[in-house]
Amino acid sequence: METSIPVSPNDREERMRRLSAVRPRLLSFARLQLRDHSLAEDAVQEALAAAIDKDASFSGRSGYETWVFGILKYKILDSLREQKRRGHWRPLEEELDEEAIDRQFQQSGRWQPSARPADWGDPEGALNQEHFWQVFDSCMIALPENIARVFSLRELMGLSTEEICRETGIKENNCWVILHRARLRLRACVEKGWLAEDKS
Amino acid sequence: MMMCKRATELMSQRLDRPLSWTEKVSLTFHLSMCGACKQCNRQFELLHQAGQRLDGERCPQEEESDRE
Repeated sequence: METSIPVSPNDREERMRRLSAVRPRLLSFARLQLRDHSLAEDAVQEALAAAIDKDASFSGRSGYETWVFGILKYKILDSLREQKRRGHWRPLEEELDEEAIDRQFQQSGRWQPSARPADWGDPEGALNQEHFWQVFDSCMIALPENIARVFSLRELMGLSTEEICRETGIKENNCWVILHRARLRLRACVEKGWLAEDKS
Repeated sequence: MMMCKRATELMSQRLDRPLSWTEKVSLTFHLSMCGACKQCNRQFELLHQAGQRLDGERCPQEEESDRE
């Protein structure tokens, strides 16, 4: 471990600049996850403070932002645990919105004609377009809170479903059900926003 | 034969756990016959990638943004 490499003032300055440049992204990431502006602010603040504090333990330049995001993820998890401990969010068991999903399928289990997934074109291209991300963000915000929470633990934070069970106290089976619903809803929402703009 | 709704369950779970052999076979079979599910499958994968992209990789753009 290269924990005590001296950091020259220039490096530090450069990193400070990069920290303030990346702050808005940190904030919107935290907001997607915590769904509360002031909790998100707090988490980001703590992450930035920790990044400055532990500056010397960062080795290598290229992944600096990624490193900071890594710190933020820990802070977000801490914040979620704290909320859970205070009973501020109750891990859903049954109140899942079967209905919203059922509307996408016929009784037989086939797609409703109106809900059939369309072609989004080149997926890589989508990920490189700012508009895609705007749609993605607003669709994430539109997800019901409990569903969004599990989805972002899985997809944004990269936890396994097993870890999510541990964090939230829901059963793994339930976790898969929730993720399935989250993906179906997101898919439908993103398609609406993404293709609508495209065609106009 | 498996219906689309069930197929989407497996497409989703495939991103979270390894499917059993039977599940894999029936999903592959369904996907080979169903265009809508094939699209859905691609989109689930894209959303999966999007989540991973959201942090590190998207940031370098930020650092290049011009500052006045």
